[in-house]
Amino acid sequence: MTRFSGFGLVKHALQHQENWQRMWRNPKPKSYYDFIVVGGGGHGLATAYYLAKTHQKSNIAVLEKGWLGGGNTGRNTTIVRSNYLWDEAAHLYEHAMKLWEGLSQDLNYNVMFSQRGVMNMGHTLQDMRDINRRVNANRLNGIDGEVLDAKQCQEIVPIMDCSGSTRYPVLGASWQPRAGVARHDAVAWGYARGADQHGVDIIQQCEVDDILVEDGVAVGVNTKQHGIIKAGRIGCVPAGHSGVLAKMAGFELPVESHPLQAFVSEPIKPILDTVVMSNAVHGYMSQSDKGDLVIGAGIDGYVGYGQRGSYPVIEHTAQAILELFPIVSRVHMNRQWGGIVDTTPDACPILSATPIENLFFNCGWGTGGFKATPGSGHVFADLLAKGKPNKLAKAFSMFRFHDGALIDEHGAAGVAH
Amino acid sequence: MFLIYCPHCEEQREEDEFHASGQAHLARPADPDACSDKEWGEFLYFRKNPRGLHRELWQHTAGCRKYFNIARDTVTYEIHGSYKVGETYEPTFQSHTSEQPGSEQRDFKHHGSEQPSDDTAS
Repeated sequence: MTRFSGFGLVKHALQHQENWQRMWRNPKPKSYYDFIVVGGGGHGLATAYYLAKTHQKSNIAVLEKGWLGGGNTGRNTTIVRSNYLWDEAAHLYEHAMKLWEGLSQDLNYNVMFSQRGVMNMGHTLQDMRDINRRVNANRLNGIDGEVLDAKQCQEIVPIMDCSGSTRYPVLGASWQPRAGVARHDAVAWGYARGADQHGVDIIQQCEVDDILVEDGVAVGVNTKQHGIIKAGRIGCVPAGHSGVLAKMAGFELPVESHPLQAFVSEPIKPILDTVVMSNAVHGYMSQSDKGDLVIGAGIDGYVGYGQRGSYPVIEHTAQAILELFPIVSRVHMNRQWGGIVDTTPDACPILSATPIENLFFNCGWGTGGFKATPGSGHVFADLLAKGKPNKLAKAFSMFRFHDGALIDEHGAAGVAH
Repeated sequence: MFLIYCPHCEEQREEDEFHASGQAHLARPADPDACSDKEWGEFLYFRKNPRGLHRELWQHTAGCRKYFNIARDTVTYEIHGSYKVGETYEPTFQSHTSEQPGSEQRDFKHHGSEQPSDDTAS
């Protein structure tokens, strides 16, 4: 596989762009793999990549029921940040942030990671107290963060209504300069290309419909298209459908799947060079390089597997965005879509062994999984390779919901659920 | 937009008037002190998350403010019917995805009387 470079761009331009190599193979599945990763989104592909690269494992397959990155990886609002309150979560997301910072070089693939800063708005005195607390906690954990007042917010985002005359006035914000956005599809494609280079078999259109368990040990999966594939260890990274997959193996997860939606507007000239999030009025917005405003909403309150959102949430989000940015009132929305997010009771993920031996789950990322993609894959690869959780993964066992050691990140999660 | 029939008001109203309160038919263990950590954790945090027919507790927050149950398909979003807390309801036609066995009530050692519960898995 050739490396991408500026020289290569020129060379291929002179050859009329006709000789680009395929980015990954399309292999037939073997009958046995040492490691099977179920789910070919960003987290699953990253898991396979780090298993092969960092842990030098071979004979790995990724099984994806649709196409790569066609689920939540291609549906999120691409925000990357690590300003979480509690040590366990902060360390995990900061681990991801450090990997983001070198990711394009590591993958030799431009994931367009842009550290344009993320602003979490405060609209009440209690919001501001929480923001102060969170920024202090972040700084103690070595994560960058500042508390801004309304005037400073106005300087960074001139189009925001910081006049104080709104129903929920802007009082200030927390500000993480190292946070930002990345190109979500490129993350999936970059990891897929990297994993393929290290010999991982990426098998698309291969839907797992049963997990084979013998005497409490997972031994393989049954797939709709290719029948039984045996495995040494199985790592499930199925996002919204984690509950469905767990049921195949005969246990339940503490997750509920909800639709979460997002919209993009028509492309307009640059007006916003950072990311603004507000928990209180409940909307978040950034502007893509193409010029579209990328807007995120809250989840629907009920369990749902339809990849679409409800109209009341669209209305609520539009209200929130207009409250903050009256300037966009005439902008047309181009597209609206939904993804299925698996939320846990404490808004923290599950990176865990399960009641079934040799079966591991990486799920429960809820509304904020994209930002963790490299860290999630890195930590989960470690768990799969060694069979036991490392320092970062330890707190995220699914059994924390039995012993009560929850990590309550509802305050730092961008979306209430 | 869901149109939801409130069995208390006996009227079909829009989704906006209602609040989803999570899985229905959660029975609080009759003797919590006798529960193991696992049983108590499962009562608090583990919820059915079916792809198909689901029983949910909803509240008519902008109406009568009373709780009631709904049988709804989580894939097609079709609402099969509403019924009051304490009543039973069997959908008259088959959902494209069948109800999971045991989804009606979790199998706790100590069943309490069925009570409305407002603990969502939020």
